[in-house]
Order: sequence, then structure tokens, then C-alpha cells
Amino acid sequence: MGKTFAEKCLGHKAAKPVTAGEVVTISPDYLLSHDNSAAIIKEFHELGIPKVKDPKKIVIVLDHIVPAAAEKYAQYHKEIREFIAEQNISNFFDIHHGICHQVFCENGFALPGKLILGADSHTTSYGAFGAFSAGIGRSELASVWATDEIWLRVPETLKVEMSGKPQKGVFAKDIILKIIGDNGAGRANYMSVEFTGPAAADFSLASRIVLANMAAEMGAKNGYFSPDDTVFTWLNKRARENYEPVYSDSDAVYESVLVYDLSEIEPQVACPHTVDNVKPVSMLDGKAFHQALIGTCTNGREEDLEVAAFILKGKKVHPSVRVLVIPASRAEYLNAMRTGILESLSEAGCVILNPGCGPCLGAHQGVLASGEIALSTANRNFRGRMGSRDSEIYLASPATVAASALEGKITDPRKYL
Amino acid sequence: MKSGRVWKYGENINTDVIFPGKYTYSVLDPEEMAGHALEDLDPDFAGSVQPGDVVVAGKNFGCGSSREQAAACLKFAGVQAVIAKSFARIFFRNAINQGLSVIKCPEAVDGISDDEKIAIDFSAGKILAGEKVFSFPPLPDSVIGLLEAGGLIPYTKKKLKGDI
Ligand code: SF4
Repeated sequence: MGKTFAEKCLGHKAAKPVTAGEVVTISPDYLLSHDNSAAIIKEFHELGIPKVKDPKKIVIVLDHIVPAAAEKYAQYHKEIREFIAEQNISNFFDIHHGICHQVFCENGFALPGKLILGADSHTTSYGAFGAFSAGIGRSELASVWATDEIWLRVPETLKVEMSGKPQKGVFAKDIILKIIGDNGAGRANYMSVEFTGPAAADFSLASRIVLANMAAEMGAKNGYFSPDDTVFTWLNKRARENYEPVYSDSDAVYESVLVYDLSEIEPQVACPHTVDNVKPVSMLDGKAFHQALIGTCTNGREEDLEVAAFILKGKKVHPSVRVLVIPASRAEYLNAMRTGILESLSEAGCVILNPGCGPCLGAHQGVLASGEIALSTANRNFRGRMGSRDSEIYLASPATVAASALEGKITDPRKYL
Repeated sequence: MKSGRVWKYGENINTDVIFPGKYTYSVLDPEEMAGHALEDLDPDFAGSVQPGDVVVAGKNFGCGSSREQAAACLKFAGVQAVIAKSFARIFFRNAINQGLSVIKCPEAVDGISDDEKIAIDFSAGKILAGEKVFSFPPLPDSVIGLLEAGGLIPYTKKKLKGDI
């Protein structure tokens, strides 16, 4: 009987064959945290030991509220910088780098076959590179800093088999929203999700990150794409160290297999207040909103900004909406600047924000007032996430958000492409 | 065995309504955290919850963010346990790591009403609600060890000292 990616990858770490349901105690390869490092440091100090076990494994990126929006955030950032100096943590990325998940990938930490844990639920993103990556809590990360080990249950695996070519105007975001909408926010709870089938290999790396990132919205422990030349080429000059890709066996045992023909999928929108409340854009056509957000760790890369600029170039965003654009990292920002994408977006009336999480978590840079509605390319639309508990968030692809920004109401992007 | 009042909610109760994201990097003090518990789900909760009360909910409780305050704020608010049909993975780990008891018991969720007074016997794996008794599988020893130590941090501390 064959094994899944999760069974093989965690088995390698445990140095013994394991099957779903078993608990293994293993040592991870990388540990990610962000502004929440301040809270993790506090927990770490409670442990009463002076030094982290292996500073080389720790990666810290300041991205959530950058630059500091208030004195208390400034204080936390300061404490994090002091801790980093004191513990000799060399993998530190201060406020000018961008969103942790993007920065982590760009700097070659997201590698096939590695076990990566992060104090952030969208740590699942690195499955796009064939890593086993999962989110954990703060005290758990503090404890792993100290002990260099964690117990993990080997998850069952849900396979998503994709074939067919998406229609014009349908992007990775629409596909993952459709899958989450059909199957529910808890469908993959505790599970590993393998994105496979002939269409999986057609996705760009950026698009794979969208799916792996949002696997978290189905409750998944991790998401996974088989690493191929797209990944290896990208890693060529970036990989931090050697890596060994891990693939599932052809006769692996799955909890279930979900089958999707991508050519049948239309542009999708997730409606308030859950990510699985998904409808085709045609059902929402004409719905007015106040603020658009293009960016975040889900959709702030070149292909996302490019399609938005293609739609908005030479035009003006509708006067009734404000449009915020936030490239996922400084590298993406620079690229979008050099290619003229930012110029087109700014001329169209968009506000270009510094790379980071920005308004995604409702702490600064575009917080919603009561009664306001946002249309966003982020991954989460929970009540109150971007500000007032009486605001609403709709989620869609960058193309849908850009087309909607032009018209001031939710719009099918296909007529602009 | 402690008894308390039931606060019953629906399915997919997510971490943003349990503990809003806007506070995750600014509110670190336990008492202040408790004051924001369930703020965007039930604004009355934090003001009236009593020690020993129980949160009861449907499927996928705690889905969303990895923020540990979602578990911590309930514990600091005095909640003795969360009973749900199922839990989101990270929340489940966080709850145990914070020393908050989590009980998966779909029958109890269906059989218990909002505002009812219930008691929980952890060692016997029983929930007592008036005449009704619901059973749940007792937690594994390793998890009980964590809960008894008061959560992962005190547990790891003991371990590092060689006390476990
Ligand atoms: S962009 Fe949003 S979802 Fe992504 S890491 Fe930042 S806050 Fe989380």
C-alpha cells in the first residue's frame, strides 16, 4: 500500500515509516513568525532558559503593522529587534521586505520536502513548493524555539484532482473559492490537501501559492503541489540549502478525491461572513461597495497586479470607491514599478501602499467603518476582520476586483479581458 | 466538578469573532484579553460570563487564524470548557496549549440548550445537563498532562528542568 506526501514527508523526519493517524515527535527545518514574535518572545522568557536551541532555523519578518502605526506596535517591534540581536538570529527581515509568506519564499526557505512551521495560519502557502508547512500557535512556537521539537499527528489526505483549462477571466483565486464553496470551510480540517491532476502542473508558481495559501480556509493542516521544473527553476539561485523533493506514491490511500474540470468554473465571489459562502460573480453583478483591496499574501504578486493594471490602464476608478493596492513584497513592488504596473494603477486613482499586510487584518491603512463594504483579493472575509463588526467583505480575484473598481459595483471581469 | 451556564452558538465560529484581529498585536494582558472575548459574535458575552461557564457550538469551532488569544481569551474569561461538534485544528492545539479544555461531543451540542446549567466530569468523560448525561472519550494522558500543568509553557518549563 502506497503512501501520501504527508506520510512520506513526516516519515522521513521521524526516520521510520508512518501512516495517517500516528503521532510523531520531530524536529522542524524552519520556524516562521512575524509581528507576533513579541508575544512569542514573552512566552519564551516564561520558560526560564536564556537561549533558543537553533537560531538558524528561526525566520522573522515584520509585516503585519509596518511601519508601526502606534506607539505600542513600535514598542513590540523594538523588543523583537533586541531579541534578534541577543539571540544571533540572522534570518531577520525588517519592515521594508514585505509580507512574511512572500518574503519567506523569495529568500529560498520554502523548499521541497522541508518541514516548516509558522505562527500564522497561512503557513500552508509553502506547499506550492512541495514543502510540508503548517500553522501553529504562539506558545507552541516558543516551545519549539526552546526544544527544537514538536509533536504532529500525521494527517489523512484529501486529493483535489484538476483537469481542463480555465476559461478566460478565471484565475487560481476563482478555482480555490469554488472548491471551498462546494466543500465547506471545515472539509479539510486536520487534513493534508494534495492539488494534483494535469491542470495542477499548468499553474504558475504564484497561482499555486494562491491555492496552497487558501487551503487553510478549508481547515487544512497543509496544502501540497508536486514540485516540478517550475519550482526547481525558480529555486535555482534562491534555495538556501539542498533539498530532497517528496512525492506521493501512485497507490497512496486518500480520505477522498475531489474532481474538478477547471473549464467549467466561472469567476467566483465569497460573500460575507465566511469564505465558503461562495457565489458565481453573475449572481452578485451590480452590488455596490466602498473599498477595493488588491494585494495581500494571497494575490499581491506580479500576475495579480498585472491583470489589475491591464484592466485599469488609461481609465479611472469609479468615484464612489477607493482602491488600495499592496504588492506582496518589496521585490514585487520594484518589479511592478519597473514594468509600469504601479504607474498605470496610480494614474487610474489607486492608492499604492507599502508592501506588508496593510488593511488585511483591520489594524491600519484602510480600516472599514460601520456599514461599509469591501471587495478584496485577500483570503478571509470574517466579520470585523477589516474593521467594524458591521462592515462586510467580499473576496474575489484581482481581475474581478479591478473590473469592479472601474464600475463601482461588483462586475464580471470577462468583458474587460 | 464545576458547573456553569451554557453560551450556545452556531457552526464555523471563527477566530476573528472570538478575538478580533485588530487586537492581536496590541492586547496582551490577560484581563484585557478576556474583556474582548467573543466581541464580534456576542457583544454581551464578555460582560456577563461567569467562572465555570461553558461555550457550546457546532462544527469547526475556532476556524481561521492561528491566533492563540482566541483560546486564551476564553480561558481568561473563566470559561471551563468549549464543547463543540468539531474543532479547527490550530484552535484545538492552541486550546490545549493554553490549558483550556476542549470537548468534542456532537450529541451534547444537540442536546444542550442555550442558558442551561451543566456540569462536566472530566475524569469520567461525562457532561451532566439536568436529567441528561452525555459521554465523551476522555482525553489522552499526554494531553491531560499538558492541561494539568496549566498549558504548554509551564509543561515545557518543567520538561526543560528535567522534572517530567
Ligand atoms: S496579508 Fe493578510 S492573510 Fe496574509 S499574512 Fe498578512 S494578515 Fe495574514
